[in-house]
Amino acid sequence: MAVEVREQAFDPWREMADYEARQTAGAYGATAVFVGHMRDFNEGDAVQGMTLEHYPGMTERHLEAICGRAADQWDLLDTLVVHRVGDLDPGDPIVLVAVWSAHRKDAFEASRFIMEDLKSEAPFWKKERTEAGDRWVEKNTPGY
Amino acid sequence: MTVSVKFFASLKDQIGCDGASVEIGEVATAADVWLQASGGKPMPDNVLVAINMEYADRNAEVGNGDEVAFFPPVTGG
Repeated sequence: MAVEVREQAFDPWREMADYEARQTAGAYGATAVFVGHMRDFNEGDAVQGMTLEHYPGMTERHLEAICGRAADQWDLLDTLVVHRVGDLDPGDPIVLVAVWSAHRKDAFEASRFIMEDLKSEAPFWKKERTEAGDRWVEKNTPGY
Repeated sequence: MTVSVKFFASLKDQIGCDGASVEIGEVATAADVWLQASGGKPMPDNVLVAINMEYADRNAEVGNGDEVAFFPPVTGG
């Protein structure tokens, strides 16, 4: 399992390739990947950029706990979570969640679980830059 | 006792600082810590509390040396 909060822009597909190279070929039959990107619109307004704040220490601990709960609930071989913080431009990847398992049910369900828990519980906060000024995003929309 | 207080995101802007060291009585809840650290501002209903980096109820008791964090609903991902 690997969890990383990163200040620098990242390429999720390079991260995937690098991390998958550590897996044992033949052991995993399923890889489920979710990538979240920054939109250039929100709530009817154009968004020019974003700053993502987190709680160093608690954020990483919480992400590790989410992955641990997923591993308790499903039969997983490995899990990777990378989340951006700092200043982002529209189109930048924000989050990568990847899960490896023998069968697709575990990979699909665990990746969804991790992503939804991350959205609702992990301490990150977005501040958007718009023409009208900066504004904090007040809440995430429910995923289910 | 002494607790370390942290504010994040919009609360940091509203309170005007990202944290402080607070002296408080020997028996205190997170809500008591908020009142002392915020200068008596009422705590908004949607504020989340963490004690030593674990989610906690606002009425949970804090201990000497604890880190008590206050933040708005999370918006990551």
